[in-house]
Amino acid sequence: MSFGVIMLVHTAFDRAEQMVRHWAGAGCPVVVHVDSNVPVVTYDRFVGSLSDLPDVRFCARHRCEWGTWGLVAASQEAATLLLEEFPELRHVFLASGACLPLRPIVELRRYLDARPDTDFIESATTADVPWTVGGLDRERFTLRFPFAWKKRRKLFDAFVKLQQAVGYKRRIPEGVVPHMGSQWWCLTRQTLDAILRDPNRATYDAYFRKVWIPDESYYQTLARLHARRIESRSLTLAKFDYQGKPHIFFDDHVELLQRSKCFVARKIWRDADLLFNTFPVSEDALRHAVEPNSGTVDRVFAQAVDRRTLGRQGLFMHSRFPSIDRQTSIAAAPYAVLQGFDDIFPDFQSWLTQQTGAVVHGHLYAKDRAHFADEAEVYRGCMSDNARLRDYNGKMFLSNLIWNSRDKHHCFQFGPADTQDINWTLAKDTQASIWVVSGAWSIPLFCSGRSASDVRAEAARLQRIEDKFLKVLRSPDARARIKIMTLAQFIEAPMAVLQTIIDEIAGHRGLAIKEAPKMRDLTGLPDYLQELKNRGMHPFLTGDITVGLTAATKPVVRRKPYVVSGK
Amino acid sequence: MRALRKGRELVAVTNRTKEIAPNDVLLFCTFRNEDIRLPFFFDYYRKLGINHFLMIDNGSEDAGSDFAREQPDVSLWRTDAPYGEARYGVDWLTYLQGKYAHGHWALTVDVDEFFVYPFCDTRPIRALADWLDASDVRSFGAMLLDMYPKGPVGQTTYTRGDDPFQTANWFDPGNYFMTQNKLLKNLWIQGGPRARSFFASKPKQAPALNKIPFVKWRRPYAYVSSTHMMLPRGLNLVYDQQGGEKTSGILLHAKFLNTFGDRAVEEATRAEHYKGGREYKTYAERHGADPDLWCQWSEQYINWRQLEVLGLMSKGNWA
Repeated sequence: MSFGVIMLVHTAFDRAEQMVRHWAGAGCPVVVHVDSNVPVVTYDRFVGSLSDLPDVRFCARHRCEWGTWGLVAASQEAATLLLEEFPELRHVFLASGACLPLRPIVELRRYLDARPDTDFIESATTADVPWTVGGLDRERFTLRFPFAWKKRRKLFDAFVKLQQAVGYKRRIPEGVVPHMGSQWWCLTRQTLDAILRDPNRATYDAYFRKVWIPDESYYQTLARLHARRIESRSLTLAKFDYQGKPHIFFDDHVELLQRSKCFVARKIWRDADLLFNTFPVSEDALRHAVEPNSGTVDRVFAQAVDRRTLGRQGLFMHSRFPSIDRQTSIAAAPYAVLQGFDDIFPDFQSWLTQQTGAVVHGHLYAKDRAHFADEAEVYRGCMSDNARLRDYNGKMFLSNLIWNSRDKHHCFQFGPADTQDINWTLAKDTQASIWVVSGAWSIPLFCSGRSASDVRAEAARLQRIEDKFLKVLRSPDARARIKIMTLAQFIEAPMAVLQTIIDEIAGHRGLAIKEAPKMRDLTGLPDYLQELKNRGMHPFLTGDITVGLTAATKPVVRRKPYVVSGK
Repeated sequence: MRALRKGRELVAVTNRTKEIAPNDVLLFCTFRNEDIRLPFFFDYYRKLGINHFLMIDNGSEDAGSDFAREQPDVSLWRTDAPYGEARYGVDWLTYLQGKYAHGHWALTVDVDEFFVYPFCDTRPIRALADWLDASDVRSFGAMLLDMYPKGPVGQTTYTRGDDPFQTANWFDPGNYFMTQNKLLKNLWIQGGPRARSFFASKPKQAPALNKIPFVKWRRPYAYVSSTHMMLPRGLNLVYDQQGGEKTSGILLHAKFLNTFGDRAVEEATRAEHYKGGREYKTYAERHGADPDLWCQWSEQYINWRQLEVLGLMSKGNWA
């Protein structure tokens, strides 16, 4: 009989009875505290159900509301009784009715017997850990909390704010350094006795009575004054979600719990029959010395917290809808927007696909339909090419497209002939890189064979639209990577630009361009543009194109980069 | 008030609500001529752990009413009043919910909607309810996911008692789009095969897919339009706006079976549904009611984990 158990119970009495029997069956005396909110009938029935067990006691009852002093008072009451009644105990283990022993209790006893002077209590100074939820860490110890957080949140928050505003601070008793940690501990008789019989206990109790969530700090702080050897960890596996609420274990956690090798876990769902039937597992000679290892459990629940707080970037769905000003991108992966290139190079799309292995779409936002990479009517994710459907929510069209194959790098062509509603979204998106050769729209007009007078109005319209887009891209709100050049600048050194685009899209896999894309024959373009000017329509976005149109398509000479091969 | 008045249109056929225990999870449903679907419907939801069914029969002419009445865990009401005038059944449901669901978790679905939530293959709906209670969550969102067969819908043969997802086991994985309703705070989601095939040229009319089917009911609560949105509007915030994911589910929609064609024609003439059955009219016009919704990128349904990975639902912080 080397350790005894204090059990706090407020609900699920059938399960609590089962737990008491586990502990008592293994020879541990148990003192049960039942919340005073529980009706007398239920209480009596519960006490009656355990009357056959000689070493089970029930202590005086306190009201145990979450985050209040009652929980500490309850454990004090129970601990006093336990230490008095069973003088031979060396450790006291605090548990609840929802704490399930996973390993045989004998193994826990051996473990404690091997560490007779150690107190197992998670205890950290508030300055050093960011555990707390709600932003109150140090202030838990210096403010007053007369209002229940659960039931009167507004008053609670308002009163905290008021105290912060007037700079109110409680005095912390001398010698006390606030510590916090899991409320489930296992203390040695000596430490617990010292806490309960401390000559200053009245002062400490009066102080902690008004601290917020004292059950996470009372023993954690006072143990530091008396303990010989503190192991700052809990023997009870308890995980908390992002709001500080305990995670619940269900039947399908059985393997996870088995592998954890922890002694006790909480909280167990009351109807998790499989868990209650499986645990505690029977004795296993090979396992005796195994230390608890909750690594896998930690990871599973840490992932859950991440999913709840950060979510999956670029996903819009019915339970994740980040507001626009909270995000820097609507896309799950980087993508490229290319304006003007397919006007200059007729086979640009297939050439770029070959060079980079990226998904190269045509004009996704064309007026007639969305031109997907394979010109299909329905694309990955069952996205329709219908222009009306696309324009009904153009933003989500893009985020869906990229989410559906976010392992790929998407590129698409854009131009002044396309629907422009998306332009601000593109400009503000940190995942976008936008390459514009301004004035390239003049090339299809030139190649169409129509005279300058025929296309004058159309040219003016396209120029107006493109100019608007450029203004958006140049606004201080634009966050995409943006490179704008005029047609004249581009055709002076096209290969250098193309190489940069390829390197950016394909990353380290980018190859030196072997074969240049075929450029349209631009002989006569300067005269054509001059003719437009003569008719009063100045194509200022093309830049000043005069000479040197023929020498342009030679590949740049590039040194082979040094690549450290993995083989 | 409105619900109270409309509640008078309901006549109790079998009222077994005395058997409802304090913690029971309840299911509310309005149906009409659904005898063929009811057996599987009851099976499916009993397996999830629904404790009591509260059903409203809106003037069925088939054997469905008798079948439902014989079920030991069903309370049945009947009304022959027009569906449309009771806001598509919402008024009747609100009346029953106010009377019987106060303090219970209540699932409100149609006969062709099948609720899927994270871990539904290993944890009963009671586990979800308890976890939501422990997390102080009052309402739980699910998107309606239209399921369809490979090949023309009319060529499937659904027989009574069958699992509809044996044949209609395909869905659109990634073409849903949504906006926020500024007034009631709910998301308005459209998309899927219906938007793609029937409403591509008039997307605004595409049916809404956002639903809030699972709610810890309190007396003043009410659905506003089907189960798409609720009052008080705080219940509509089943999504996170800071970038995180709340826990959510899916309603598998077994609409597109061979039963669909006749139904579309019938409902179009009856015009009792939302906006005068406009949706049904479109189906009847467009395809002679025998559409093939399958395409190369359709995804075959496996389980909830697949939907989770695709981003159609989320475990959130339930682990």
